[in-house]
Parts: sequence; structure tokens; C-alpha cells
Amino acid sequence: MCLGVPGKVLEVNDMTALVDFWGVRKQVLLHTVDSPVAPGDYVLVHVGFAIRRIPTGQIEETLAFYETLLRTAEEDLMAADVQEEMGAGEET
Amino acid sequence: MTSKASERLEFRDPKQVQAFQRALEHLCADLKTPISIMHVCGSHEQSIARFGLRSLLPPNLQVIMGPGCPVCVTDMPEVDEAVYLAEQGVILATFGDMFRVPGTVKSLAEAKAEGADVRIVYSPWEALQIARKAEREVVFFATGFETTAVATAAVILSGPPPNLSVLSAHKYIPPVMEIVAEMPQTRIQGFLAAGHAATITGWKIFERFVERHGIPVVVGGFEPLDILSALVQLVELIRRGERRVVNAYPRCVTPEGNRNAQRLLWEVFQTESGVWRGIAYVPNGNLRLRPTYAWADARARFQIRLSEWLHDAPPRLTQECLCGNIMAGIATPYDCRLFGKECVPESPVGACMVSSEGTCRIWYEYGGHVKGPTP
Ligand code: SF4
Repeated sequence: MCLGVPGKVLEVNDMTALVDFWGVRKQVLLHTVDSPVAPGDYVLVHVGFAIRRIPTGQIEETLAFYETLLRTAEEDLMAADVQEEMGAGEET
Repeated sequence: MTSKASERLEFRDPKQVQAFQRALEHLCADLKTPISIMHVCGSHEQSIARFGLRSLLPPNLQVIMGPGCPVCVTDMPEVDEAVYLAEQGVILATFGDMFRVPGTVKSLAEAKAEGADVRIVYSPWEALQIARKAEREVVFFATGFETTAVATAAVILSGPPPNLSVLSAHKYIPPVMEIVAEMPQTRIQGFLAAGHAATITGWKIFERFVERHGIPVVVGGFEPLDILSALVQLVELIRRGERRVVNAYPRCVTPEGNRNAQRLLWEVFQTESGVWRGIAYVPNGNLRLRPTYAWADARARFQIRLSEWLHDAPPRLTQECLCGNIMAGIATPYDCRLFGKECVPESPVGACMVSSEGTCRIWYEYGGHVKGPTP
């Protein structure tokens, strides 16, 4: 629950955004984000809410860890937390 | 059970890991007394245990998990309030982690088995969706630190249906750091603060803490390299006797934090003093709804009569649980005689074995890799 997960913004619709997390697409809420987001931006998402727009230039660094985690770990607490967070947005 | 999981996941950059390890060895080589560092984040502990980071540390450097698991610090009476409401016939929505946390009489899982309507949600927004569809009262049992409370606040401010209310067990981290820093038994010399919580509050919030306690704080991410690099910086500060805040996680944390989220948080919540399970009475450590939002506050909307209800509660094994000492940094799960025996994730005795962020659960899954004396 402590974990925030990064995803890529595909569409923005007022207070919600369609966000892609490694192929999983979810509606994420934007009420809590720190600065305006646009398609193509990356956001850090916690319990279905975007809490930070990740500055360009720091995106790759942020993504790499999660990618390895999701690729290599199945039955694992951290991977489960990441997957749970990815499931937290609204179904599209 | 120790390192199977970590073998499956390679370090992104083993060379860098080694460099940090050598730096730590070098920094700790001539220490006269051991150094204890505390972190307050379940994801930090997951990472430390999962990647076996403790086994990379010099024996005179201890890294202890403090009260960083929101589920674990949710006080028993708060769980009781949720169980009580569920049994009164409301739809009780909460995070999956809370489901099996023992209350004085029973957990929400046990209440559900007896017919209560308890639903697991992944986001406070889902509780709102349930309320939109339901005819009955829906209570969202809200747990988590400020990062999560921000989401609850956003839901309350979004104009929810009148049948939704919030039972807040949200907790605010900065005050509890004061408490553990002052505990004479812990002797913490430095804090590794959680990056994602600081995303909301910003790192400047720790400056007052540093001034008051004379202990350095480094804000770090939870990836193995982030943690190691933060530890190197923290040990350097401790060695030099420098008392300041260093932000080792600039890609997520700014000095001021997320102003928009802070505005939502403090619009809806105020701090109140209260007990954190097992730890202590924490002044200003609880987040409760402001009187203006009483219409959304389950405690104002329902009469929760715990004392009558708890009257004949039989003593439970939970009384032997050491979670509190573990979160205060003065015991490890290995000190608990129930660890891995009566207390396992399938039938947890204490909250620390329930949550994926609880020390006992994490050590059960990954092993603790304890090296050197227990703190
Ligand atoms: S092993 Fe179980 S009973 Fe013992 S301290 Fe941990 S959670 Fe509590």
C-alpha cells in the first residue's frame, strides 16, 4: 500500500486519466496530482490516484525497477503490491 | 525461505551494489560503537529483506524497521469499531490488508464469515462506487499514512453520495518519528525517511525534527540501489556529526512536496492524539475528519458502543504479540515465540504478520538476514 507505481498517461478527461501500466489500462484519478498532466506524461499512482507527475529525464530510472520486478517475480510480496496497485484504478 | 525470491531478481547493477557495500564497510571500519538506523516504510523493509540487503551491511550497522506499516499501527479499538459497524448491517469497505487483522473480539474476515457485508477495495474511489450503487449505508474503513489519506480526502471532497461515510484510522508519520527518536531503548542515530510519503509532504518537513533531536534524516527510495546510496549518505552524516536533511530521492521528492495534495489533506483532516497499536500514545499522530466534514464521518453518524460490546471478550493469543516492540526497534520477529509457529500469514496472531508491509510477514516470506547482535 506504501508503494506507488508509475504509468503512462494515454488520455486526459477532466479529473481522470487513462493510464497504461505495462499493458494494463486503468482510469486514474487526477485530483491529487502535483501539476497538470497531458498524454505522454508519466505519473506515480497510489491507491488509484496520481500523486506526482514524474519529471522527464527521470522516467526511465523509475520504470526500470518495476519492470524487472514484474518480469521476474511471481509469488512475491513486492510484485503482489505492485500488481494490486495496478488493479486499483477503475476498469476501462 | 530465505533468499529464493531474491535469487530470481537480479540487481540491476551489481557493480554499483558492490561499490556501495565497500563504501559502507569503509565508513564503518573504525566505528567505536555500532550505528542504528531506522526506516519507517513497509516498502523499504520489503526491499531490504527481499534483496538480502542486511547481509551486505557491516555487522556494526543496524537497519531497523520502525512503525512504517500502516496496517500494523492501526489500533485494536479502531478494528473493533469497523467490526462493530459491519455487524450493525452497513457495507464495510476496506483495503485487503485490513481484512485479517485481529480485533479484540474478531477480525473483519471473521465477521464476514458470520454474515457481515465486508468488501475489499483497492482504492477509496471504489468505496464511493459501491455507495453509488448500494441502497444501504457504506462505511469506508480508511487506513494508511498521509499518502493514502490524501486519496480519502479527495473522495470526500468529490461530492460523494450521502450513504458513504469514512471511519478514519489514517495516521500521520512525522509525529511518531518524534516518539521513537525519544525512546531511550532504541538509540536511533539516523532516519531513512520514506520517499513516497515524502512525495506528499516534501522533505523540508523533516528539518524541524532534525533540529529538535539532533539526528540526520535522509529521504530515500525503496529500490535496492536507492536504499544503499541513502545508507551511505546517512552513515557519512552520522560520522561527521552533521545534523541535516538530505534528499537522496530527488526524482520523487521535492522540498515543498505536493502542495495540491497537502491542501486536500488538511482541508478534510486534522491531527488528533491517539494510540498507535503496540507503540505508544502519539500526540497528533492520528488523522481525523474535521468537524466541518462530520456528515462524512462514520464516528459522528453512527453510535459505536464498543465498551458494552467488548464486555466479555475472551483473552486472545494476541496478548503475546511483540509487534509493538518490533516497531519500536527493540525486538525482532525472532524474539517472538509465536513467529512461524502459532503465527503465520494464513492464521496471523498479530497485525505485523498480516500486512505485506509488516515486519513479521516480510521476514516470514524472505527471512530476516540478521547479522550481528539483535538491536
Ligand atoms: S510473529 Fe505474530 S505474534 Fe509474534 S510479533 Fe509477529 S505478528 Fe506478533
